Amino acid sequence: MDWRQLWDIASAPDNVPIVGLMPLLAFYIYLGWKQARATDALIGELETSPAMAKTHHRKTWPFRPGWQKEVHVWPFLLRIEFLAAIIVTIVLMIWSITLNAPLEEPANPNLTMNPAKAPWYFLGLQEMLVYFDPWIAGVVMPTLIIIGLMVIPYIDTNPLGSGYYTWKQRKFAIGTFLFGFIILWVAMIIIGTFIRGPGWQWFWPGQTWDHNRLIYEVNRDLPDLFGITSNLAKAIFGAVIVGGYYLLGGFILHALFRRYNPKDYQRMSLLQYSIMMFFLLTMVALPLKMLLRLAWHIKYVWITPWFNV
Amino acid sequence: MAEENQNGKNGNRVSLLQRVKAGMKEDVESLKTDLPAKAKEQIDGLKDPTKTQVYTSIFRHKHDDTPRNRALGVLSNVFLHLHPAKINRDAVRYSYTWGMGGITFYLFIVLTFTGVLLMFYYHPSKIQAFRDVLYLEHDVPFGKLLRNMHRWAAHLMVIAVWLHMFRVFLTGSYKKPREFNWNVGVILLVLTLLLSFTGYLLPDDQLGFWAVTVGTNMARATPLLGHEGPFGPLLHMTPYNDVRFGLLGGSIVDANALLRSYIWHCIGIPIVASIFMIVHFWRVRKDGGISGPAPVMLASEVKEKR
Repeated sequence: MDWRQLWDIASAPDNVPIVGLMPLLAFYIYLGWKQARATDALIGELETSPAMAKTHHRKTWPFRPGWQKEVHVWPFLLRIEFLAAIIVTIVLMIWSITLNAPLEEPANPNLTMNPAKAPWYFLGLQEMLVYFDPWIAGVVMPTLIIIGLMVIPYIDTNPLGSGYYTWKQRKFAIGTFLFGFIILWVAMIIIGTFIRGPGWQWFWPGQTWDHNRLIYEVNRDLPDLFGITSNLAKAIFGAVIVGGYYLLGGFILHALFRRYNPKDYQRMSLLQYSIMMFFLLTMVALPLKMLLRLAWHIKYVWITPWFNV
Repeated sequence: MAEENQNGKNGNRVSLLQRVKAGMKEDVESLKTDLPAKAKEQIDGLKDPTKTQVYTSIFRHKHDDTPRNRALGVLSNVFLHLHPAKINRDAVRYSYTWGMGGITFYLFIVLTFTGVLLMFYYHPSKIQAFRDVLYLEHDVPFGKLLRNMHRWAAHLMVIAVWLHMFRVFLTGSYKKPREFNWNVGVILLVLTLLLSFTGYLLPDDQLGFWAVTVGTNMARATPLLGHEGPFGPLLHMTPYNDVRFGLLGGSIVDANALLRSYIWHCIGIPIVASIFMIVHFWRVRKDGGISGPAPVMLASEVKEKR
């Protein structure tokens, strides 16, 4: 165990934010989960007793008749805002006094940094480069992430769970978002920050970075495994595989979705449903491709003269 | 004129000097009596500065502790008027909002402030940039603190934006009628990342240079528009006319890239982001204010459209 190596990575000034993000994220997941559990308990109570549902104020926080429903922004909200600004300023001051912003040698195009890492918030995309060609990892995926985020309000037809924390009423939406945000985005960043070393090779936390390490890895393409040699056949084979993934995967998802989310399924229009399916399948394709690469050393599934997937 | 007629043409003429003397005596007398009176008035007025014209011209209403004045304090202030006068009693609970949107905006202000100060010491040219940072760190009073604060506030802003999005998702706050504002928020998220990324190159050190090299190399592979991307070569894309060339102002990360990144970082993106922020905050109010904590809705109460 090379603690020194681990410390060097964790204490690199520009890695400090990601080190800070992890406990922050853990805390806020806990805070959200705690409130969701309380709300879900209340929902359970209200569902079992219609009498209570008629009179209850329907929040987890206490409320008694006669209490004012609204409070003045000044001072009740503004004092919190001022306090938050002061606290953030103090935190920033202390952080800036104790830790210096990184400054390395002057830029030198002839001296390549190894590993050359993007800023920490883009390391998820850089990690994706291992599994996909740059046009997918660097261009198509970020675009799809942005568009995917933007369509969320238009494909989530569930009218429940607006304005309060809940798990029970929005299992599918929250589960999917947690998977995308925590597993695919934050975890990939953590891998890119703590695990990738020289040559973007995999070094377990605490393993010494070996700048001379070579890995003899024979990566194969999926068509090769099936003995396909001609370019045309490879292109057609890949198109069938990728198309088949979307069709078969879509069918499996459809079977699951209409069973476990019948109401959402009923509410969704064809356009909403197909957009959701497309983004869901594309999102799931990332870990699947990772699995193909890590378990079977498969690099491409679809080879054409113009692009590879 | 009347005096002249009374005294005749050569009569008892009061000399000019005498008249002036008499006038001055009157003036002195008036100073003796009026000045203390006015001074007293003035001092009495200062005892209640809120009644002065200067004060009332700035603050348009009283500040007595009445509900009306509490509301006016928010509504008649340009910096606070985006707030409603009153909000849901539970909406001020930290556990609901996490305060991340507000913190993000505050960090943007901190970054603008420290950023403008940094601009005084920085030339976006290959010869000067790195030396300017060295000078800033070693010779400018509080220069190091200034740069550190800008750097850490930027990282903190990225984290705060993510947590804000996370909270908005968990509380379902993007749902009707806030769909559009969620989209504005997604654009602001992207702009935040771009702001941070364009700032990365500016110290012109190895860290920024290689991060931006790695980052912009991806643009080579843009489908159709990159010279290494799918169908790019078919559209006659070369390293000298593709989208990466447009981003960098050249085929490598060099002087033009530094200048472009500086202009995007200091002028272009902040202006665009500010416009989106205006829309974002405006829409929070127009879409019915903060989303909750809202009363729980039960599945049995949903009215299905038929």
